[in-house]
Amino acid sequence: MSADIGLPISHRQRLWLYALGGLVLLFLIAPSVIIVIMSFSDSTLLQFPPQQWSLRWYETYFQSVEWRDATIVSVKVAVMTVLVATPLGTAAAYAINRGTLRFNGTINALLTASLIIPVILIGIGTFFLYARIDLNNTLTGLVIAHTVQALPLVVLTVLSGLRSYDMNQERVARSLGAGRIAAFWQVTMPQIRFSIVSGGLFAFITSFDEVVVSLFISGGETTTLTRRMFNALRDQIDPTIAAISTCLIVLSVLLLSVAQIFGRRH
Amino acid sequence: MSAPSALLREPAGAGRDLNAQALRADARRESLRLLALLSPSLFLVFAIIIVPIGWLFWLSLFDEAGAFSTSNYARFFEQASYIKTFVTTFKVAFIVTGACVLLGYPLAYMLSQLPRRAASICLIFVILPFWTSVLVRTYAWLVILQRKGLINSWLIDLGVISQPLSLANNLSGVVIGMTHILLPFLVLPLYASMKTIDTDCLRAGMNLGAGPVATFRQIFFPLSLPGLASGVVIVFVLCLGFFVTPALMGGGKVIMWAMRMEQTTSLYSNWGAGAALGVVLLVVTLALLGLFQWLLGARATGVWSSR
Repeated sequence: MSADIGLPISHRQRLWLYALGGLVLLFLIAPSVIIVIMSFSDSTLLQFPPQQWSLRWYETYFQSVEWRDATIVSVKVAVMTVLVATPLGTAAAYAINRGTLRFNGTINALLTASLIIPVILIGIGTFFLYARIDLNNTLTGLVIAHTVQALPLVVLTVLSGLRSYDMNQERVARSLGAGRIAAFWQVTMPQIRFSIVSGGLFAFITSFDEVVVSLFISGGETTTLTRRMFNALRDQIDPTIAAISTCLIVLSVLLLSVAQIFGRRH
Repeated sequence: MSAPSALLREPAGAGRDLNAQALRADARRESLRLLALLSPSLFLVFAIIIVPIGWLFWLSLFDEAGAFSTSNYARFFEQASYIKTFVTTFKVAFIVTGACVLLGYPLAYMLSQLPRRAASICLIFVILPFWTSVLVRTYAWLVILQRKGLINSWLIDLGVISQPLSLANNLSGVVIGMTHILLPFLVLPLYASMKTIDTDCLRAGMNLGAGPVATFRQIFFPLSLPGLASGVVIVFVLCLGFFVTPALMGGGKVIMWAMRMEQTTSLYSNWGAGAALGVVLLVVTLALLGLFQWLLGARATGVWSSR
């Protein structure tokens, strides 16, 4: 008897299901694991498991000016995207959560549109627009484009935080004489700050991992890491990319763990 | 009604009107404040998404000479290469969606049946790839599937095959890579909806004498269909506009819709034709999502909040 569900089906009868599910989980996780292991290989041939271990691909990555510059561009853009998208998304989520505005549904749909609209269309459209206002190949242009991509995630994350918060608390604070901003800052904000932090982390990953729009609007000195990786992959399979990929995977794991820890405390 | 409300109604005439006016003015001010909070975000979305797409739509209505025409759209039915692109795109979308259902349904079902702790550990394996760069995962599959890749060298070492299989740089590579990338988009909403299925229904079925198979087929499966549908729609729609994986793993042979758009605009600088492709892609995407919402009364975009 499986205690959780209370159905008269034993775990043993479910073995086939666990085996099948386990295989699918393996399919999901194996590629990342293989890349991480292979990045420590000494060989230019992609062998698995590697015959000899070394850090040479990490050395190539950190010593190459091109890769380092691209990484710096990506980090800069991602940090600025977080700084722009998080407050904007939080403010928008706060307004949507009130639900008093007319067209609330339409506003919500507009703000989350970039999750649905094919990203290739956004890439081409942004390139076309930026060509007119000279924003192609600039950090500003990248930050604006990435902010639009990250906004829906911040809005959705903060909204889910606000849904489990009772807005009457802010009303109480205001009826006791707190100003609007003080009431938000001292009463609401401490209770949704974990959602805001999670939203910010998601904005960071979204910007850092963004490929398609960056392919169109970045270049020259503002080439992002993903754009350089994409172009490198088109030519040949360079093991340096395994080292970079490992760094990206580690970054995702770190950010997700932080989001998870914050989420649990919330 | 009761006495207090009668008392409240007492200050009739001018006083009440004044009160109502003040309340209305207050509500209006409040709405303006909320709009002010929304305006920066709405402005950005408007400027970066709505305006350029509208502009592209406008461009698509003119031919290369600048005259108003529908030639950009007529081309889709006339030129064999466009028809081939659409056929390839839909073929890949159907295969990938089917593969995601076959792999994702058992996984989501298992997750929904596991004890909470075990399920949350297994979920990490779904969420982590979801948040790993598409580029990294495509690279991983290139390494695994290419001619001298892992699978081929293992199979040759084991003596199963003598010639390497062509797994990458063709349709199978694209399908495997895309299935891996899109699988979490199916599993997460499906799992979320399976968790809401009332186990009392299942227990009642079993009490009434249904075996495990009948309980699953007649009770659990039908109740999981809305979640499955939302996963299927989102995966299918994302397939139609997918760029990175087919561009890197298709070996130039698998030209999908988004790649065609990139080639038409970047390579041939034919903005009208590229824009028309984009407009049709957007219309198809929105039509599928709208149809889904109309049929099931739910939004397929829930996947991003069900992480």
